[in-house]
Amino acid sequence: MQLYRSHVLVCGGTGCHSSGSDDVIRVFNEELEKHNLQDEVKVVRTGCFGLCEVGPIVIVYPEGAFYSRIKAEDVPEIVSEHLLKGRIVKRLLYHDAVHEDETAKSLDEMEFYKKQRRIALRHCGVIDPENIDEYIAFEGYKALGKVLTEMKPEEVIDTIKASGLRGRGGAGFPTGLKWEFTAKAEGDKKYVCCNADEGDPGAFMDRSILEGDPHSVLEAMTIAGYAVGADQGYIYVRAEYPIAVRRLSIAIEQAKEYGLLGENIFGTDFSFDIGIRLGAGAFVCGEETALMASIEGHRGEPRPRPPFPAQKGVFGKPTLLNNVETYANITKIILDGPEKFREIGTEKSKGTKVFALGGNINNTGLVEIPMGTTLREIVYEIGGGIPGGKKFKAAQTGGPSGGCIPAEHLDTPIDYDSLIEIGSMMGSGGLIVMDEDNCMVDIARFFLEFTVEESCGKCSPCRIGTKRMLEILNKITSGKGEEGDIEKLETLAKTISSSALCGLGQTAPNPVLSTLRYFRDEYEAHIRDKKCPAGVCQALLKYVIVEEKCKGCGLCAKSCPVNAISGERKSPFKIDEEVCIKCGACMSKCPFRAIEKK
Amino acid sequence: MKSLEELEEIRKKTLESVNIRTDRKNTRVVVGMGTCGIAAGARPVLLAFLEEINKRNLNDVIVTQTGCIGVCRLEPIVEVYTPGEEKVTYVKMTPEKVRKIVSDHIVNGQVVKEYTIGAYEEQDK
Repeated sequence: MQLYRSHVLVCGGTGCHSSGSDDVIRVFNEELEKHNLQDEVKVVRTGCFGLCEVGPIVIVYPEGAFYSRIKAEDVPEIVSEHLLKGRIVKRLLYHDAVHEDETAKSLDEMEFYKKQRRIALRHCGVIDPENIDEYIAFEGYKALGKVLTEMKPEEVIDTIKASGLRGRGGAGFPTGLKWEFTAKAEGDKKYVCCNADEGDPGAFMDRSILEGDPHSVLEAMTIAGYAVGADQGYIYVRAEYPIAVRRLSIAIEQAKEYGLLGENIFGTDFSFDIGIRLGAGAFVCGEETALMASIEGHRGEPRPRPPFPAQKGVFGKPTLLNNVETYANITKIILDGPEKFREIGTEKSKGTKVFALGGNINNTGLVEIPMGTTLREIVYEIGGGIPGGKKFKAAQTGGPSGGCIPAEHLDTPIDYDSLIEIGSMMGSGGLIVMDEDNCMVDIARFFLEFTVEESCGKCSPCRIGTKRMLEILNKITSGKGEEGDIEKLETLAKTISSSALCGLGQTAPNPVLSTLRYFRDEYEAHIRDKKCPAGVCQALLKYVIVEEKCKGCGLCAKSCPVNAISGERKSPFKIDEEVCIKCGACMSKCPFRAIEKK
Repeated sequence: MKSLEELEEIRKKTLESVNIRTDRKNTRVVVGMGTCGIAAGARPVLLAFLEEINKRNLNDVIVTQTGCIGVCRLEPIVEVYTPGEEKVTYVKMTPEKVRKIVSDHIVNGQVVKEYTIGAYEEQDK
């Protein structure tokens, strides 16, 4: 095998991919060839490094130089300066990747990575996900070998139980117990499934794991198959994740070639196979019973439980269903032992959790933190704070099923139980940060709009109830709210959560309930004073020209699409409120910032 | 895949090529590759290091380069950093010298005194 003196790791995750990392890789290869370095320097496309905000990211080893926002035009300089002459191109380094004395920091020293603990993401950004050998080099398939040759199925289950691992899909059910239920269920055939139908707006944890480390999921599913007595696995992934699907298919191909999937794995009498099932992107298919219906080829609609999947799952057979991130933890637990895993986290939530940081935050990206880390640490240390020095207002966890966490709870340690206590939930890991410019009523309306759109329509509380709630919220945000609307919302919310068929419906009112709990005054301001305190809801805003600042240039009048602005040049202009459609065009055109919205 | 041994073999083989990506503390060979170094023949020296290290499976040795160190008249210059020991600077390097340095110094821990900057300055007097 060729030994290279330097490796250039280019992120090939979805974020960096869409900001042009493919071009970067192409130019790297061209330039290396031009300088005749192709036998000394290797270019590797890896999974997500997590710091998507400053992508495309390039790391050059052995120096560990962390380059950020690399464009194809920057590559010739890196090749001729760094790779040929050994001079790191300082201007292209990520600002937090250099010490004061200008030497490169290792990843653990960077503010963004310092508080992180990468278990599920341990290989993301380190290995080439399309090369099984690299996965094996980092102890891949060793856990499977150990399980098949040294452990009984019961021992595997006991190990997982002892680790305290809980489902990372959101509900937090103890994983070991789920495995045990499925193992004990009677059936001639059993299935192991992986839920990769990640649907929360803004969430991309599972996607990044599948793109960056597909083998870890395959290996864990095979281990699960051995533990529960299944010989067939299905990964249910949405078709809108093309890179993840492609890398998964390659990984399955390679594992089969090596005999790590298929008949008689490691010379034992255990056989296991994995197939991919593509989902069309319906949110409800992330719900376990709907997901299984979809795998079978039926319409993705939930059904009442019990029977639970462990008794009656795919094709009516006992089925184990875990989320991608849950699987990504398994091999580490087997190799290092459950005690090691238990050391991380809080009393009832062990290990780490991956979050997709988004919204108004400096370091948008993917972070993995030990359970018990506070929201303040995530937002202000790892996340680098809020752009423009704005004030933190709330963070939304759990997507459309979760709730918001206001500033007063910034210091709550994040784990399954503490989040439920403050009216939110862990969810699959989307974390959207909102600042003072976000209207909480509008946020609730946004999430409800999503659930209304995604409701499968099978049960009436969800189909009709969420729609009614959305209508009330639309009324409030358009300035037509009346006394009693809040109470109506509350009654509807309670009815829906107690009567809907599946998790999607039961949790749909959560964003409304939690914003009502912490930001009731904003709802009241919308209804009583017809004002949106954050200045978001268009219908409640008024655009006015500040006379003192207006120079009478007339640009605003020219840009107004409905001719609502009039005045004479060189004297202050005026907006006719009756005609104004509140599009904001004038405000963005005014060179003197003389137009304000109130 | 029929056995754990087979897996271990693949692991070992590939690890050599990927463990460059982990933060390690071990022997580092730094070749001066400023304009002066390149002009004096640093590239064949660098390639010789890679070849020797490859041949001997020394997978914990890093070969990297740096810019001009400042004594351009003694190029090609190579510095060898071993953890816990003082850095050794070799001057006027050639591919032949590389082979001896790898076998004596890097593998057996015996600094090749006659090639070091100290020895050269002595002679020069």
